[in-house]
Amino acid sequence: MTREAQDAVGDYKYGFHDPESATIRFDKGLSEQVVRDISELKGEPEWMTDIRVKAYHHFMEREMPTWGNCESLAGIDFDNVTYFLRSSDKTEKDWDDVPDDIKRTFDRLGIPEAEQKWLGGVTAQYESEAVYHSIREDLEEQGVLFLDMDSGLKEHPEIVKKYFGTVIPHTDNKFSALNTAVWSGGSFIYVPKGVHVEMPVQAYFRINAKNMGQFERTLIIADEGSSIHYVEGCTAPTYSTDSLHSAVVELIAMEGAKIRYSTVQNWSANVYNLVTKRGVAHKNATVEWVDGNIGSKLTMKYPAVLLKGEGAHAEVISVAYAGEGQHQDAGAKVHHLAPNTTSNILSKSISKNGGRSSYRGMLQVTPKAAGCRSKVVCDALMLDEDSRSDTYPTMEIGNSTADLEHEASVSKVSGDQLFYLMSRGHTEEEAMGMIVNGFFEPFTRELPMEYAVELNRLLELEMEGSIG
Amino acid sequence: MTEVLLRVENLHVSVGDTPIIQGISLEMNRGEIHAIMGRNGAGKSTLANVIMGHPAYQITSGTIHYKGKNIEDMEVFERARAGMFLSFQYPAAIPGVQVGTFLRKSVASVRGEAPSPRAFRQELNEAMKQLDMDKSFLSRYVNDGFSGGEKKRLEILQMLLLQPHLALLDETDSGLDIDALRIVAEGINAVAENTGCLIITHYQRLLDLVKPDVVHVLIDGKIIESGGPELALKLEKEGYDWVDALA
Repeated sequence: MTREAQDAVGDYKYGFHDPESATIRFDKGLSEQVVRDISELKGEPEWMTDIRVKAYHHFMEREMPTWGNCESLAGIDFDNVTYFLRSSDKTEKDWDDVPDDIKRTFDRLGIPEAEQKWLGGVTAQYESEAVYHSIREDLEEQGVLFLDMDSGLKEHPEIVKKYFGTVIPHTDNKFSALNTAVWSGGSFIYVPKGVHVEMPVQAYFRINAKNMGQFERTLIIADEGSSIHYVEGCTAPTYSTDSLHSAVVELIAMEGAKIRYSTVQNWSANVYNLVTKRGVAHKNATVEWVDGNIGSKLTMKYPAVLLKGEGAHAEVISVAYAGEGQHQDAGAKVHHLAPNTTSNILSKSISKNGGRSSYRGMLQVTPKAAGCRSKVVCDALMLDEDSRSDTYPTMEIGNSTADLEHEASVSKVSGDQLFYLMSRGHTEEEAMGMIVNGFFEPFTRELPMEYAVELNRLLELEMEGSIG
Repeated sequence: MTEVLLRVENLHVSVGDTPIIQGISLEMNRGEIHAIMGRNGAGKSTLANVIMGHPAYQITSGTIHYKGKNIEDMEVFERARAGMFLSFQYPAAIPGVQVGTFLRKSVASVRGEAPSPRAFRQELNEAMKQLDMDKSFLSRYVNDGFSGGEKKRLEILQMLLLQPHLALLDETDSGLDIDALRIVAEGINAVAENTGCLIITHYQRLLDLVKPDVVHVLIDGKIIESGGPELALKLEKEGYDWVDALA
């Protein structure tokens, strides 16, 4: 890590990088030709090429968002991004076949170990494509499809064609257009009717190269009465120049199905993280987003749920930690489109050392959605005077029978709390770490244990060396 | 051999520009119980807090020695690790932190090593039984939504686990019903043999259950009178008016 980069990000533990080992690397910059080349290289059907090209043109024409953090967004140099980088020729099923340097990275991140212990399947993406992929045999036997998205398109084009872009069309926003144009990797999951995937499946995204753009595309379909828990983790090395991560995630929960999507985003502080995530919940279905944003330079991400069928339920629990030089602009959007739908939104943010966290939320109840219930709670914790926290809640309520609750609070760590904990033998940093972990507890308790432990450790590290 | 545990000499303490403690001296040995009595605002809580190292209180002159060492420059956590303990009048709530986790971490910090899970569980069970505390306490968040009595019990539970050499008990008896008071008193008596206890209280009723060796009466930041247990009884009967005459 360069000195400059070290200064910029402090003690980010995943900031190591390995020598780049590209088998195919595109020149920096974006053009229609780049988009066509990606599609051709992947041997995609023509309809996909057409969607990509259309999306590319939309991206070029679409203005940058005029909200969020315009100043920071203006710093993205789209001409200085590598849009496609293939680091391994194949997606392997055995870690031993993954190129050594890449395998080492995932070893250091603890992925193979986690897979053995508690996961139903793993996909590991390095730069643009998956380098490793596996699923437990019993899941495969039950007809569960869990593939990287490129393989999903190759092996199940009819399913992909039916659902791709139906939840998040390329015209949704500038970055969904960009993703649709240049997407590569991500996960494709189909859970058949009535199948419950008991162990979580995990995708791990790693950016290694400088000025890399990672544009994974994920599509999860849970058929009637089925359920799945998908966990996503991400890290990147620390460079003094920026990388761009712009994903699109589409979830479809059919009647009575349940999808939980958990993220612990821990990009290094030089990564722009501009992600569109949205799920559709049909009749009596549940979509849950458990969304943690710890890293990145700027995150703009608002996991959304369209409650389309009667009795559908949405749950969004998100936490954001904004340290020095970071802006977490995160939140949730829930659209009550059908009667008797319910939603819970809980957002918690911490700002420290001049970091900025914003909650941006949208709650919509359409006129025909009678008897809806929703509860929104936003809590912000400020660790010092230099930090910043804002809340931008929007409510559009078109049906007077809706039962809505909204609570918001901004608090500071009190001297009394610190003194109390220190009087029990804890240093100020340890005390701060305990308070911070406690504040995030409603989120961490929803995570698989291994993730919760890791997240708590991460936050304790963030508290170290920062008080004085 | 008696060991002088705590020696306070001509202590003056201010909060901001306001002087609170104006010349207190006292000396306490290990195994002794001292009671500090006095009206609200006399400086009793300030004395406990300043001994523990609360950053809001400044020592303007005088010294505090603990085990023969001037502790002015010791951090709060260092004092705790050296065996000092404060039972808070108003313990702070730490939402999201479970009592069980908090106790385990605190014991590890103060003892300098984490106890084995099995030994700790056993120790914890015994202490909780002694204080008539239900196991459901352990999964609740520290002091969050606790009643006054529950908070005080958790303070005493911590004292039992941390086994301090010096315990500062700041109005631990207030807000307790008679059964809870008895339980808390038993908790104090359980450690008192090896611990110096400085008990801050308004009332005689705790001192019926925990026998003080010395009673100090604090008025306007000064110890006006010191004596044996009979002094507390006299205050109970006659009030503070007669001590005012001494001030």
